[in-house]
Amino acid sequence: MKVLVPVKRVPDTAGEKKIDPNDRTVDRESVESVLCPVNEFAIEEAMRLKEQQDAEVTVLLVGPESAQPVVRKALSYGLDAGVQVVDDAVVGSDALGTAEVLAKALAAEEFDLVIFGNQSTDARTCLVPAAVAEILGLPALTYARHLEIDGDQITVHREHEEGWDVVESSLPAVVSVVEAINEPRYPSFKGIMAAKSKPLEVRSLDDLDVDTSRVGSDNAAAIMYEFRDRPPKEPGTIVEDDGSGAAATQLADWLVEKKFV
Amino acid sequence: MEFELSEEQRAFRDVLRRFADERIAPVARDWELSGRHPTEIVDGLAELGLFGILVPEEYGGLALDAVSYGIVFEEISRAWMGIAGFLGTHSLATNLLTRFGTDEQRRAHLPDLAAGRRISALGLTEPGAGSDLQGITTRAVRDGDAYVLNGVKTWLTNAAIAEPIVVLVVTDPTAEPRHRGLSLLLVDAGLDGVEISGDIPKLGYHGTSSHEVAFTDVRVPATALLGGEEGLGFKQAVSALEIGRVNIAARSVGLARASYDAAVAYATQREAFGHPIAEFQAIQLKLADMATELQAGRLMWHWAAAAMDAGGRSDLQTGMAKLYCSEMALRASLTALRVHGGYGFSQEFEVERYYRDAPLMAIGEGTSDILRIVIARRLIAGEALS
Repeated sequence: MKVLVPVKRVPDTAGEKKIDPNDRTVDRESVESVLCPVNEFAIEEAMRLKEQQDAEVTVLLVGPESAQPVVRKALSYGLDAGVQVVDDAVVGSDALGTAEVLAKALAAEEFDLVIFGNQSTDARTCLVPAAVAEILGLPALTYARHLEIDGDQITVHREHEEGWDVVESSLPAVVSVVEAINEPRYPSFKGIMAAKSKPLEVRSLDDLDVDTSRVGSDNAAAIMYEFRDRPPKEPGTIVEDDGSGAAATQLADWLVEKKFV
Repeated sequence: MEFELSEEQRAFRDVLRRFADERIAPVARDWELSGRHPTEIVDGLAELGLFGILVPEEYGGLALDAVSYGIVFEEISRAWMGIAGFLGTHSLATNLLTRFGTDEQRRAHLPDLAAGRRISALGLTEPGAGSDLQGITTRAVRDGDAYVLNGVKTWLTNAAIAEPIVVLVVTDPTAEPRHRGLSLLLVDAGLDGVEISGDIPKLGYHGTSSHEVAFTDVRVPATALLGGEEGLGFKQAVSALEIGRVNIAARSVGLARASYDAAVAYATQREAFGHPIAEFQAIQLKLADMATELQAGRLMWHWAAAAMDAGGRSDLQTGMAKLYCSEMALRASLTALRVHGGYGFSQEFEVERYYRDAPLMAIGEGTSDILRIVIARRLIAGEALS
């Protein structure tokens, strides 16, 4: 069984992110870049398939050469190989452009299953996994909180606000996982040491036969016209208890007003 | 001049830092105060591969360089120094086996020790001999195909669960100089005549157990003599344990970082006279000194570890790093406590633990005064500082 895990380099989730006013993309200088934390759940799920079903797992990343440490980081969890798509023409692609590139890069590999994180912690559009499945003409099983493979059948529990649906399809398929699916391991020191020597192939858009009129900032369907800083946090409301019980009523009213209850 | 860690060393640091933040720091205070054994943390460190930190890769270990080795101990100690203790002792015992064990001894022990299936301990200090290590009295007398062991060792980390305990013994009481009469034996704690005390009550360094071990007519197979040759024990111990100074220096810096971080966090949040106390110069002077000494200590242990990695003699460097960093950690923990005022004395805050853990840094693996003598001897012998 062959599994592909597309991952993304994102600005540190805990850091204060800024937009570069010149090209209106994320300012990568102002905050450290890391492997998207949601990807760790996809990697863990792939590692489980590797351990249980001897799956061969390849990590895929679209991003500049400077993003290579993120591929190595993903490999340090124990994955087998890496593919990195490096091309200046990709810069500024929106979700659809990114999906075009990923779909071509995936199509160039043999696979039974693609496991995405359901969203990235920078853009959080949640669009890419479904878009990739659509372009490839494959079943999309998104928001998986549980995943099982039996022969060439896959079953996932698809999470939604009221619980989950059981969704089945045949392989090959594209899955996106949510954080409830597992508890990611830490990379072991051996894994970190081995990551250096794992095979890593670099491909250009030309290699993958990507139609460049569909990628990059000039061809993005989503256009950012304006951006501004996050508004400062408003101070919270302090409810003081004077002993009469009025504070409890006030709290209950507030919860109802905000639709928490 | 390079002051940067390699990509791999940064990756080690990042994983350990995250593990320490997520798995150690949140439970450290409760578990330390209640005396709960940190089972889950120990298991996690084994999964990371850290039991094989100094074991060659052919036996399933990591064979880390001294800088990477120090990073592990600094990051763990930032969260809970006591946890670093069992791993530190184990790593030194495995280093003795790696460096001086016979092929058979290595094959018999290292794979299990590297995988964390077994843990090892070291028995050097005795109730009557610590700094004067050549003054030990635990005696091993050859009798046929065994040594008969009698004596008492103390301050053995891990001893209750160790297999083996590496024990320094006198094999020839008439040898001159005395160290030529000392040998190391690999002793199974389950042998008849081995009696292990309960955890020695102590000021700090909880989370790691410390024991006294008495040997009464214990028959140890002669094949358990480390390296298979008598009279080398003292030299083997001094050589393989030198990296222990990097270990303690790095632990000290971890402890000092924890102290500093706690002091800054408290000083910016605590208000007095209508201002955060961090705005007062009396506090600022303390924070500035702490940060400066902390950085000096960090550079010093990196320098000493790099000297070890370069090969050649490095006891001057490791001695200086251990001396400076441990004394610095003592100062940092006290300063952090003072910045916290009354709360610093309370067990509701972490800093009182740092203050209880710090003194061991200036005692274990060579007291500060012993290290001063080591340093002075090298200087007098003409070793240049550059």
